[in-house]
Amino acid sequence: MTSMTIGIRGGELVEPGGRRHAELLISEGRIVDVGEGVGEGADLVLDASGCLVASGLVDLHTHMREPGREDAETVHTAALGAARGGFTTVCAMPNTTPAIDSPSLVRDILRLAESVPCRVLPVGAITKGRAGRELAPMGEMAELGVTMFTDDGTGVADNALMRRAMEYASGLGVTLAQHCEDPALAGGGAMHEGEWSARLGIPGQPAEAEELMVMRDIALSRLTGARIHFQHLSTAGSVDMVRRARRAGVAVTAEATTHHFTLTHAECRTFDPVFKVHPPLRTSEDVAAVRAGLADGTIDAIATDHAPHTPETKDLPFDQAPPGMLGLETALALALTELDLPVERVFDLMSWTPARIAGLAGHDGSLRVGAPADICVVDPGQSWTVSGRAMASRSRNTPYEGRTLTGRVRHTVYAGRAVVVDGGDGP
Amino acid sequence: MTTETDIRDEISPEFAPGEVPESTPAPGVRHLLSLDELGADGIVEILRLTDRFAEVTRRRIPKVPALRGRTVCTLFFENSTRTKLSFESAAKRLSADTMSFSPGGSSVAKGESIRDTVETLEAMGVDAFVVRHGSSGVPWQLRSWVAPTVSVINAGDGWHSHPTQGLLDAYTLWRTLGTGTDDHPDLSGVHIGLIGDIRHSRVARSDVAAFTSLGARVTLIAPPTLLPPSLVGWPVEVSHDLDAVLPELDVVALLRIQRERMVEALIPSLLEYTNRYGLTASRATRMRPDAVVMHPGPVNRGIEIDSDVLDTHPGAVITRQVANGVAVRMAVLFKLLGSEAADPAQFGTGEGR
Repeated sequence: MTSMTIGIRGGELVEPGGRRHAELLISEGRIVDVGEGVGEGADLVLDASGCLVASGLVDLHTHMREPGREDAETVHTAALGAARGGFTTVCAMPNTTPAIDSPSLVRDILRLAESVPCRVLPVGAITKGRAGRELAPMGEMAELGVTMFTDDGTGVADNALMRRAMEYASGLGVTLAQHCEDPALAGGGAMHEGEWSARLGIPGQPAEAEELMVMRDIALSRLTGARIHFQHLSTAGSVDMVRRARRAGVAVTAEATTHHFTLTHAECRTFDPVFKVHPPLRTSEDVAAVRAGLADGTIDAIATDHAPHTPETKDLPFDQAPPGMLGLETALALALTELDLPVERVFDLMSWTPARIAGLAGHDGSLRVGAPADICVVDPGQSWTVSGRAMASRSRNTPYEGRTLTGRVRHTVYAGRAVVVDGGDGP
Repeated sequence: MTTETDIRDEISPEFAPGEVPESTPAPGVRHLLSLDELGADGIVEILRLTDRFAEVTRRRIPKVPALRGRTVCTLFFENSTRTKLSFESAAKRLSADTMSFSPGGSSVAKGESIRDTVETLEAMGVDAFVVRHGSSGVPWQLRSWVAPTVSVINAGDGWHSHPTQGLLDAYTLWRTLGTGTDDHPDLSGVHIGLIGDIRHSRVARSDVAAFTSLGARVTLIAPPTLLPPSLVGWPVEVSHDLDAVLPELDVVALLRIQRERMVEALIPSLLEYTNRYGLTASRATRMRPDAVVMHPGPVNRGIEIDSDVLDTHPGAVITRQVANGVAVRMAVLFKLLGSEAADPAQFGTGEGR
């Protein structure tokens, strides 16, 4: 298979340096030629006319649910969805059952990832069992290639423990990522606390539950010198604090999800638990602040926080249903159409910079000879209607059900293999 | 032994057995989930209809055949005595068949989802579900699951909405205060103080909707910890000082306070709550003498209201609220399930019996 050559013809290459019309020739997992007509005569020719051609997308935040909830998603089905969404690398969150908090579990994920159509980077837990009490063996996991650690699903609430975790991580050269949510102040709130939670009688969690932990982690980063990556920033206050911290030279990076720049807490008025997510959907002012943060570079990356849940579990009452929504197959279209950003910036946010945060070597967005053949080919003009049932996921909890989006992945090449061809799953 | 037919003939001579209006499903989907959805015109319509059914409930045999052959299923996932009995009583007085399902935790233990429970009951032939659940929004989920011909009535969801309570409280005030006209429910110029745990109260949310839609001025009176986190869009005033507002109130509407609010550190103690927000005997002397006192029940005597005040204040309408609850629920069931053609006026005046 890897000896097969692939030509990508007719598209416009998008690289950090700009855009140009050229063809790609791929062989043995690498780009072997770039230029006029080089794709002609390849074993497999992918028609990219009218399309943008760029480095494959990198998701810093994917819940693959394996092990433990294979009824909702598996590494295989999540990877299929990722490939369809143009992703060639995803970071698998460790809040599985059991949590990814040991080398043997990291090995399990790596083994499961061997035969799927997308690169899977296991993310380790910061604390054992994500319980927030003792450090997990980050060093042993780092030796297996793990570059990022988080207790995602919850934040590390203990200030002293988080300080030690950051100090320890800085010695390993790995990045800690934080789900910022002060558990006491969040108080089990099922949506954003505000006008809509008051009207709907749903217990809310205030923006400050997120912001207090962002504030603390900026302080701890200053104290320890360790890098901190903020996951799914959702409030105007968080964006503002990160902006100021960056200016002050604190080593912070941040991601925002597609739903936090496209949906508000008003969606919850239907009581449909598909709109329940943590951090919760916020106000339109927060949405505007997240968009501004993406535009001015305060926020480094767009992540999906792809979080599958089976219909059975999502059919619970709103306050009892698990939080989370699907994202892999809708993220690129939303970013291309909702943000009013140049396409270079969209690929920077969804591929080039997240690759750097995830420690993915060689994935700098340049489509040069010798670069890894992880390629996303997207038709920015193609409209399609979102259907949870049509997605690769075992679940169908997309908040965009029935919406027409513009921008659809036509081909995905992962490690030199065509894993999505003409919008369909590859061989 | 008296058969059901005999009773019907006795109470409604206007209806020969063959002329009982068929309860054909009304065109369009009809539900009562919240007073926002019902709208101001809908509220007025139900209150006027309630007047007709209040008359029926005063008859010697307070039963009419309006919903004969229809089945009303109460589905209470949360304990309730009065609301459930009130709905069942209303359904029976309209000659509907009633079914009742109270999961009491066992179906959860067996792993049956609400959705499966509802679909199972629906398959037995239910025309309307009357649902109560401790989580806000469940009636909306239920509505999305049942067939379009099945009505859903919210009997209280979480902290969110309890529309029939709002309607019965508004009806009670309209008829007690004599505001508006017989044909025109109205509470303009009436100042209502809603006192207590507004934050966690579905009654408060529905009362605010009902009272303000009829033109009343509503003041929420509570410590800040028991108010909703935001009052954007609520057409109300707010006070943390009952003593300052009490002398101005035409209506003192008390809400039930729950003991767990102390554990959540929302109030320091029930004693302090009573001292600041309870209708104590001494505070009651500073009320307007003609003030109406309401409480949705069940009352914590000595906490929200002094026992003697409850029993002796002439304006205490708590039992009247309960009685009106049946009439309001008859009106709601009739409006949602009754035949378009049936006019409740045809059920006879009951005079001379």
